[in-house]
Amino acid sequence: MRRATRAKWGVCAVGVALVATACGGGAGAGRSGVVSSSWGDPQNPLEPANTNEVQGGKVLEMLFRGLKRYDPKTGAAENVIADRIETSDSQNFTVTLKTGWTFSNGEKVTAKSFVDAWNYGALLSNKQKNAAFFQYIDGFAQVHPDGGSPRAKTLSGLVVKDDRTFTVKLNQKFSSWPDTLGYSAFMPLPQAFFRDHDAWIQKPVGNGPYLVDSYEKGSVLRMRKWGKYPGDDPARNGGIDLRVYTDNNTAYTDLQAGNLDLVDDIPAAQLKHVKSDLVGRYINQPAGIIQTLTFPMYDKRWNRPGAEKVRRGISMAIDRDQITREIFQRTRTPATDWTSPVLGADGGYKPGLCGDACVFDAARAKQLVKEGGGIPGGRMTLTYNADTGSHKDWIDATCNSINKSLGDDNACVGNPVGTFADFRNKITAKRMPGPFRAGWQMDYPLIQNFLQPLYYTNASSNDGKFSNRPFDKLVNEANAATDTGQAVAKFQDAEKILAQQMPAIPLWYQNGSGGYSDRISHVSLNPFSVPVYNEIKVN
Amino acid sequence: MGRYVIRRLLQMIPVFIGSTFLIFFMVYALGDPVAAMFGDRAPDPATAAQIRRDLYLDEPLWKQYLHYMGQIFQGNFGTAFNGQSVTELMASAFPVTLRLTIVAIVIEMVVGIVLGVFSGLRRGRDIDTTVLVLSLVVVSIPTFVSGYLLQFVFGVQWGWAAPSVAPEAPLNELLLPGLVLALVSLAYVTRLTRTSIAENARADYVRTALAKGLPRHRVITRHLLRNSLIPVVTFIGTDIGALMGGAIVTERIFNIHGVGFQLYQGILRQNSPTVVGFVTILVLVFLLANLLVDLLYAVLDPRIRYA
Repeated sequence: MRRATRAKWGVCAVGVALVATACGGGAGAGRSGVVSSSWGDPQNPLEPANTNEVQGGKVLEMLFRGLKRYDPKTGAAENVIADRIETSDSQNFTVTLKTGWTFSNGEKVTAKSFVDAWNYGALLSNKQKNAAFFQYIDGFAQVHPDGGSPRAKTLSGLVVKDDRTFTVKLNQKFSSWPDTLGYSAFMPLPQAFFRDHDAWIQKPVGNGPYLVDSYEKGSVLRMRKWGKYPGDDPARNGGIDLRVYTDNNTAYTDLQAGNLDLVDDIPAAQLKHVKSDLVGRYINQPAGIIQTLTFPMYDKRWNRPGAEKVRRGISMAIDRDQITREIFQRTRTPATDWTSPVLGADGGYKPGLCGDACVFDAARAKQLVKEGGGIPGGRMTLTYNADTGSHKDWIDATCNSINKSLGDDNACVGNPVGTFADFRNKITAKRMPGPFRAGWQMDYPLIQNFLQPLYYTNASSNDGKFSNRPFDKLVNEANAATDTGQAVAKFQDAEKILAQQMPAIPLWYQNGSGGYSDRISHVSLNPFSVPVYNEIKVN
Repeated sequence: MGRYVIRRLLQMIPVFIGSTFLIFFMVYALGDPVAAMFGDRAPDPATAAQIRRDLYLDEPLWKQYLHYMGQIFQGNFGTAFNGQSVTELMASAFPVTLRLTIVAIVIEMVVGIVLGVFSGLRRGRDIDTTVLVLSLVVVSIPTFVSGYLLQFVFGVQWGWAAPSVAPEAPLNELLLPGLVLALVSLAYVTRLTRTSIAENARADYVRTALAKGLPRHRVITRHLLRNSLIPVVTFIGTDIGALMGGAIVTERIFNIHGVGFQLYQGILRQNSPTVVGFVTILVLVFLLANLLVDLLYAVLDPRIRYA
């Protein structure tokens, strides 16, 4: 009976082991003061000028402090390391640093820390994905030419005066330029970064409230409070463990099981019952993200005279209220302008600026589309990428709404593209057959960031290739204005041209959503929909 | 026997080249990954060109493939976008998936064969019917359903096991995911064993063995089981490769950072070195598992050995 016995033993072993997991579970124990949070694997190594997505960005926010920082509540740019940034002509700036700031390895934060970091970020051969953020600094064309190799190693517009001071010369007037300096691309770097780049990448050293304890790429990044942090926003917890999840459903399940403290992305399927699951521990608040349907203005059929009526008509045919309620469970808010509510009235957000064109009116929509000569070819497609973000649901709902309003079942149909990469390729190659989905997450809370990169002629993210001379002129004037109020007014005038021309239909403002365990408190999201980690308290 | 093994090993070379080329071609057909690296922002052309040159993407496909193969034979599987070398990813991912696969195979073998033997020997009785119905139910439930269900019940409701596996993936945390991964194959193993046992139970040699007075348990373990296990071993052998590749779903549900996780990331980001490298290794695992099965045949059935 030798074999049979062995088989039975096997069964018992498995049974025992299954029970044993009961004791082995609960990874939550034994990490006092440390908050565990869900994370997505960042796409690039964690370098300030090479991080252009949220997952890497949230780490930089914990590890670094720059000249400015965006207030986690209001989004206003406030001086951190900058003592003052002065200019008399909106083009030449003198930056003076505060004293007493060091990196966590003891090195002083000086003017050189910034200038070296920016030069590194801008230089073409370093292949930094955020290089374009330095494009306004004089000499960018030499270090980052459109083709060929760089003709200079450093930006001629940056000059170190002494340890505490450096000057910046821009290649155009840009009054709100200092307010862009809270973006992670502008963070200072210690000399260790340049001396031993590989070692630095393994374990980044910054000057923020946290320092890296250990980093297992692709699975967990453990950060601990830096006791000697000189800033006035130190960590109020012992540290943060960022754990990589590929599936936000698993992260949510872990949260429910008490295995995880914080989830900053509630899966769509859970939205219906998240409020009862996490009583009082569910966050749903506006973030600086807007979603639009962009028209391919390079396509003659969409850009002939009179087509603006069709574009406006399609906008009116979309029942934003119903879609945000039914599909998104109110984690989106119907958009009535091209910016975001997080800017606030002073920052340039103006509800209703889009006017009638963003108000659902089926009869008027039908009439406008007819006046404009109808939908090109009688039928249009809404292109989206089907691999992430569950875009299919809302695209189908939007098409449904358009079809119903226009009284034509064939007016609109969704057009899925397999992968995000392919989707982006088709957009860059100007091969979009009709309107396509677009999302814009702000880099910094400025109205300029919602308009110029997206609709200025030949701007970096002007995917629809919209080009309008009065619009460009107003943007230039706004950038040159020294008075913030004046600049905002000019930008809003430019926005009114968008309302007339409708190169992109504003759909809805996206909220940030999150949930947390009863182990922690003081959890909130900043205007970028990233949790304010250093404020979190462990109960 | 030795020549047989060598022949089988040589056969792997064309399979290896063919499969890598196919995978390479398919990943390439998905399009240029560089555009997506810049997110919703249009890539600045100069930087994009630099990245393309670095990743060897500006060359025609056949050149890229030759370059890639040349690198592989030097032991360099390329670099993932986050700056880690693919070999480094493999070194962290394969042990984890291997552990998960072993857990799954053990569960599948032990539970499957025991259930199969019991029901096969009691063909047509209640226990047999129950096992048949149960295995039918298990076969018809997709892995992601059973995965999420068991995760919720064991992990959240009862709190017996952690719903997700720690990065180190200790063996005890892999039991639940291993069970989920094993479920479908387990049902097949049960049914295969059952049929095979039921068939052979009436064979002449079993009757002879019983007639000459051997104890029943000895007849079952030495004679009946040994012959009946041949199809089961074939199945389990081919299943090793399938399980490692099929772990994609299970690993995602339980957040296990193994092969499935890396493949998923690689596909999502169109990182061809990651995808091609991992699949290449999987192909090798599959081929070796098949070889192992063929060798095991010879052990189980001497007639094959001397043929």
